[in-house]
Amino acid sequence: MVSLQELQDQFGSEIQERVFRDNRFIDVPAEQLLQLLSGLKTQFSFDMLVDITAVDWLDYEGATDRFSVVYLLLNVDSGERLTVRTAVNLPDPALPSVCSLWMGADWMEREVYDMFGISFTEHPDLRRILMPEEFSAFPLRKDYPLKGRGERHNFPVITRSEG
Amino acid sequence: MAVGLPENIFITRLDAAANWARSNSLWPMPFATACCGIELMATAASRHDLARFGAEVMRFSPRQCDLLIVAGRVVMKMLPVLQRIWLQMPEPKWCISMGACACSGGVFDTYAVVQGVDRFIPVDMYVPGCPPRPEQLLAAVIDMQEKVRRTGTIMGREFVSRDTSSGPSPFDLQEQHRIEDSRLIQLGGFSAAATSTVEGDA
Repeated sequence: MVSLQELQDQFGSEIQERVFRDNRFIDVPAEQLLQLLSGLKTQFSFDMLVDITAVDWLDYEGATDRFSVVYLLLNVDSGERLTVRTAVNLPDPALPSVCSLWMGADWMEREVYDMFGISFTEHPDLRRILMPEEFSAFPLRKDYPLKGRGERHNFPVITRSEG
Repeated sequence: MAVGLPENIFITRLDAAANWARSNSLWPMPFATACCGIELMATAASRHDLARFGAEVMRFSPRQCDLLIVAGRVVMKMLPVLQRIWLQMPEPKWCISMGACACSGGVFDTYAVVQGVDRFIPVDMYVPGCPPRPEQLLAAVIDMQEKVRRTGTIMGREFVSRDTSSGPSPFDLQEQHRIEDSRLIQLGGFSAAATSTVEGDA
């Protein structure tokens, strides 16, 4: 099992740990993120990236940052799991892409970009993945209305007489 | 003076003959995107047997169909596809909107889901339900046949007058208010008002 001490020694003392119901969370500043994830993969055998997702903390009591980006890691051999979180903020939320470490990060990062507008530098193909390309908002941000801004009804009407 | 008719010949109107043929051989285009699609399949399967009404010939090319059955929710990314399929169907053609989602968006009142396909394509028959029972879809097909028989013309003259959207206007003010009001509902403005009314009644 990776100890916090090992991680702090190698990747900086800003790294914090939190445990909730046997799940370990590692909080890391965005500057050390790529270095940490790379180390976790190569030295500590976290060879599988289960998911990348994000959280919008807008209006959340006690929150200091606007977004958290969450990386769920799995060591397939030992079954050890680790959650790595990092914070990003407006106006230009960006993180380094981890596609070079795990190929599977490609679509996951595209989804986070599509839903939250967090961009990933050096991503090979950062486009929207779920919403149509011409969609201009980021729908999972908390300041985006649930019912949208009328995009769902911005289509031409076909009447019976014309076709 | 009566016209003498040889045996096995009868006289009818051309419209009635066309309607008879059309109504008894509706070929559905199954546009199934959700659980309504499962019920649609059940309707076509042996227990409910859509074939009894001549509408069992599901074709997966719109070019061969004359009855579009929209079964399931339609998201904004899918709507252009649906419109294209409708335009690809040859005349005469009809449309059944099956289930709450296709008719009105159902419970999915979100940014991505179209609130009723009748806003953007013409709809002849609505089937309520979530999802509707196969019997309901059968009833809709039977009603559809009745509609074809009653209103159909061989040249499709009954379609010409339908020059407006069958559903609510996409940009009507009500819609805008609903979008703005959703913010108030989240803040509890409406629930507080509702509570006070209840207390007043008590």
